[in-house]
Amino acid sequence: MTPRETLPILGFLVAAVLLSLFVTSNVVLNFLVFTLILAIAAQGWNLLGGYGGQYSFGHAAFFGMGAYVSAILQQRFGVNAYPAVAFGITAAALLGYAIGAMVFRAGLRGSYFALVTLAFAEVLRILANATEITGGAAGLLISLNLGAGNLQFANRSSFLILGAVLLALAMLITLALEKSRLGAQLVAVRENEAAAAALGVDILAVKLRAISLSAALTGAAGALYAQYFLYIDSNIAFGTWISVEALLAPIIGGAGTVFGPLIGALILQGLSEGTKMLIGKIPGVDLIIFGVLLILVVRFPLHRIPGLLAARWRGKGAP
Amino acid sequence: MGYPPEILLEAVANGLLMGAVYGLVALGLTLVYGVLHIINFAHGALLTLAMYAAFVAHGVFGLDPYAAMIPLAGLFFVFGYLVQRLVIGPASRGDDSNMLLVTLGLSIIIENAMLAIFRSDTMTLRLPYTMSMVELGDVLLSVPRLIGFGVTLLLAALLFVLMTRTDTGRAIRAVAKERTGAALVGIDVAHIYAVTFGIGTACLAIAACLLLPSFYVSPRVGNAFVLVAFTIVVLGGMGSVTGALLGGLFIGVVESLSGLYFGDSLGQIGIFLIFILVLLLRPTGLFGARA
Repeated sequence: MTPRETLPILGFLVAAVLLSLFVTSNVVLNFLVFTLILAIAAQGWNLLGGYGGQYSFGHAAFFGMGAYVSAILQQRFGVNAYPAVAFGITAAALLGYAIGAMVFRAGLRGSYFALVTLAFAEVLRILANATEITGGAAGLLISLNLGAGNLQFANRSSFLILGAVLLALAMLITLALEKSRLGAQLVAVRENEAAAAALGVDILAVKLRAISLSAALTGAAGALYAQYFLYIDSNIAFGTWISVEALLAPIIGGAGTVFGPLIGALILQGLSEGTKMLIGKIPGVDLIIFGVLLILVVRFPLHRIPGLLAARWRGKGAP
Repeated sequence: MGYPPEILLEAVANGLLMGAVYGLVALGLTLVYGVLHIINFAHGALLTLAMYAAFVAHGVFGLDPYAAMIPLAGLFFVFGYLVQRLVIGPASRGDDSNMLLVTLGLSIIIENAMLAIFRSDTMTLRLPYTMSMVELGDVLLSVPRLIGFGVTLLLAALLFVLMTRTDTGRAIRAVAKERTGAALVGIDVAHIYAVTFGIGTACLAIAACLLLPSFYVSPRVGNAFVLVAFTIVVLGGMGSVTGALLGGLFIGVVESLSGLYFGDSLGQIGIFLIFILVLLLRPTGLFGARA
């Protein structure tokens, strides 16, 4: 990772700070903060799914783990927000490791991996909905206690900067991974697992590192969500919506790229708000568009378009 | 543990009845898996669509769900055929994870289209026989679920005949076993894929008509079935028809008993745990042959 390669990420950070200075509309700020939270969760999915080719349908498990552990520690045990968030992220990473250790050791891949991750997320959702410490179906409120020391801010622009810094960190981690030995091995596993194993890549170790890191990032997004909205329940934290959106954003924006999740999250949230403005609040219409978009992106892989254009530019025709 | 035997017996009997319909839902899923080798993630959403179709058939045309069964099965066969032929096939280009994503996209579209049209309210159909019961020894059984049980067994027998005695059935099995070989002897593989998907979807239409008299409809109702159906398919062995039926009965009983002991909300966990355990420990299923 050279300083030059980090320039786009720095540019994103500058843009976010500028936005936080000049945007005053709460609606717009809310949109931006939510998009950033989604982008961080999606960046987590991207590490495992985009670079490693392991399509999880249950990243809500990690999002919810980060959110609940952080919120429970603050609310039930009086822990300060900073260590609470750190514990939330750690818990999510450990959960990722534990799920990975079971699932990858059993050799589950492809559709089976997708389904089993979904089942784990559902088990956690039902548990969170039925146990005492999570607040059950009523959910969990974090008491309002404004102040940077409690990681609670009165103005949304501070959250915008916080979210942007976290996403920039996530992107730096992704970039560092991309340039690292682990990243190369992960891509090798994605492209051809048997060939990677034959070349001496420790498949299980690579996948376990990837899922732990992936879970940590998505868990961070969950903890940030709890900090921003100060309320979670089982259908928010462990709901299928976040599993689906964490998967859609990188796939639509470009899976296996540093900026893909952010671009995808912007497209998804932009479409969602755009349809609400155009046709009012008919529930589900934005998600119908997401579904159509997903099928179209799979049908016509967008990530190949730059390559096709470049090839034509050089006069070589389509590859 | 603390329950008298007649309550346990009733729970087991009701579990078996519900399990038969689960088995029917799983039958469509396992058939599609066995032939196309794809996990059809839209299966639950297609069931939701079928339930709304049966609901509308009753509301608009005054058609009893049992009378709507055959026309809806035909309609859904055509729909499934076209979806596979025009959407899933071309969009996924034979790639496993693409198929997963395309069927996920389909399920998102269908589920939210139902949400946009019918809103998120839970609806039930009140029919004269909805609450009717029949007494069998000490056990009270719901008549709609008993009918569901019977029709499922009949349908499974029909499917068996279709697969073993007809040319289409032979072609389906040929494609399932050896796609390239089937294509070489002149079988239209894309057509057989679509036919199989159509049969799987038609199974859902029938399951929807069997469920409707005793079950609610909501845009997310298919979700309640989809993981259950996947569990059954995994348990019974991917692609195994008998496995799907037996697995369905087994899961029905497990759900009924765990609901009795842990309450309804925690009771669902039993199914997911079985699903995870079977995948981790015995991915070929309890009745499945090794691939």
